[in-house]
Amino acid sequence: MEPVLSLDGIVKTFRDNEKSCPALAGISFDVAAREIVCIMGPSGCGKSTLLRIIGGLDSADAGRISQTAGNKDGKPSVAMVFQDHALFPWLTVYENIVYGLRLSVQNLPEEEIAKRAESLLDLTHLTAFALSYPHQLSGGMKQRASVARALAIKPSILLMDEPFSALDTFTRRELEDEVVRIRQDLKTTFLMVTHNPEEAIYIADRIVILSGRPAVVSDILPIDLPYPRDKADPEFIRIREQVTRMIRGKA
Amino acid sequence: MVLISKQNIRDYGKGLALIVILLISWEGFALMIQNNYILPRLGEIFSVLLQPAAPVLGGESLIQNTIQSLREVLTGFLCAAAVAIPLGLFIGWSKEVQKYLNPTIQILRPVPPIAWMPFSIAWFGIGFNSILFIIGMGAFFPILINTVDGVQGVRLRWIEVAETFHATTFEQLRTVILPGALPVIWNGLRVSFGVAWMCVVAAEMLPGTTAGLGYLIMYAYKLGQLQVIGAGMIIIGVIGLGADTLFRAGQERLFGWQGRE
Ligand SMILES: Nc1ncnc2c1ncn2[C@@H]1O[C@H](COP(=O)(O)OP(=O)(O)OP(=O)(O)O)[C@@H](O)[C@H]1O
Ligand SMILES: [Mg+2]
Repeated sequence: MEPVLSLDGIVKTFRDNEKSCPALAGISFDVAAREIVCIMGPSGCGKSTLLRIIGGLDSADAGRISQTAGNKDGKPSVAMVFQDHALFPWLTVYENIVYGLRLSVQNLPEEEIAKRAESLLDLTHLTAFALSYPHQLSGGMKQRASVARALAIKPSILLMDEPFSALDTFTRRELEDEVVRIRQDLKTTFLMVTHNPEEAIYIADRIVILSGRPAVVSDILPIDLPYPRDKADPEFIRIREQVTRMIRGKA
Repeated sequence: MVLISKQNIRDYGKGLALIVILLISWEGFALMIQNNYILPRLGEIFSVLLQPAAPVLGGESLIQNTIQSLREVLTGFLCAAAVAIPLGLFIGWSKEVQKYLNPTIQILRPVPPIAWMPFSIAWFGIGFNSILFIIGMGAFFPILINTVDGVQGVRLRWIEVAETFHATTFEQLRTVILPGALPVIWNGLRVSFGVAWMCVVAAEMLPGTTAGLGYLIMYAYKLGQLQVIGAGMIIIGVIGLGADTLFRAGQERLFGWQGRE
């Protein structure tokens, strides 16, 4: 299958004054359509940097990013979910969700926008809170709204940087299930950074493991367990231990 | 915002207590001194206040004078806002622009608006425009400084969200920077209105002025009518308080999200 996203030799070095700090030293991997790929690696190795480069918030010094499958004007589209929900506090949940939609598709009729918003509110169980403001929501609800906002533009790939790490275990579990379900329903592709091996193995088709700084891809681990996965399954636990060892070895 | 609750009434009561004490002492001293040129009796002040539509000292009525002053202050304030907000957005948005403009702004800012009076008369002649200029000078800087601060305080992450959706610079300004900075800008407007209202007395000292609360106060001073001055001061104070209350209520209503994001 043709990849939705293909990274080829991404290099990034930060330069503050004279000091140069190499972060990424040639990252290459592909993400296929409808795949959930998790990126893991020691803290500070450059995971956020990589995601920001793919999302267009930073630029790479070298390397190529190619994306296929764009939205209708042919522009490849990515959307991003941050660790802090980053919702606009002055907009209602509804207006937050359609924010990117209004920007990226000019002059979309209001009924069209409403239709899209309703289905996303439904998908993320936020229908009753459409007219609430972010500060009136719980942490998990805010993050769901943030996911809905990103999904609204029908991105070819959804980038998420530790999206659930600020949430409690139960909420986190709920949202992990939702990612898997959204992939089923909307055929979305996910590229997600996480620190939590259990989370990665629970949702990912493949885990990309980066080495310590400057980062290169040290392993790509396919997870062949069937969904829904069981965190108490001995095979699950075996993989979890393996992943933990692999990351610890890189730090 | 709930303006009337038990707690609020109690708080208003506390504030009112001192006002009552001040009024009683004023009246006490006035009775002791028995000199209208030092302390006019409260009754005389209130009798001026209680006939707001009657001509005062052979001129306009209190209401007309008040409307005149409000018109000047509102016009000056709105003109100042119309220049200061766009300029502040521009300065806050570009560090480079700030480097060029900041020294000039910091030098002009501490100059008391009334110091502009001779220039004002020379440039705009005697009359409404000169008064506007002086009030506008007073109102301008609080709005400008707060707008710059507000823009620079907008969370970078919000701007990044706009960027991930390919927002143009203008779209970022319209959908993120302006709404994100608005609570601070609003606070600037509140401070600015207070300053503009304070400037009105000074501005109406311009020669050739024939109406307004500031004018009335100066005119009454020439005629030794201290009870009219007292009445004028009370109106200025009460309107100032009212405007401030409105701005605060607006703040609560419009920017309830602030500090809770
Ligand atoms: N704007 C920047 N300027 C200079 N150095 C930076 C900048 N952003 C990141 N870095 C450096 O690049 C390296 C990678 O940072 P990055 O945030 O991508 O790591 P990360 O893998 O996401 O870490 P964590 O797991 O802790 O979130 C770090 O050493 C960091 O100090
Ligand atoms: Mg990170």
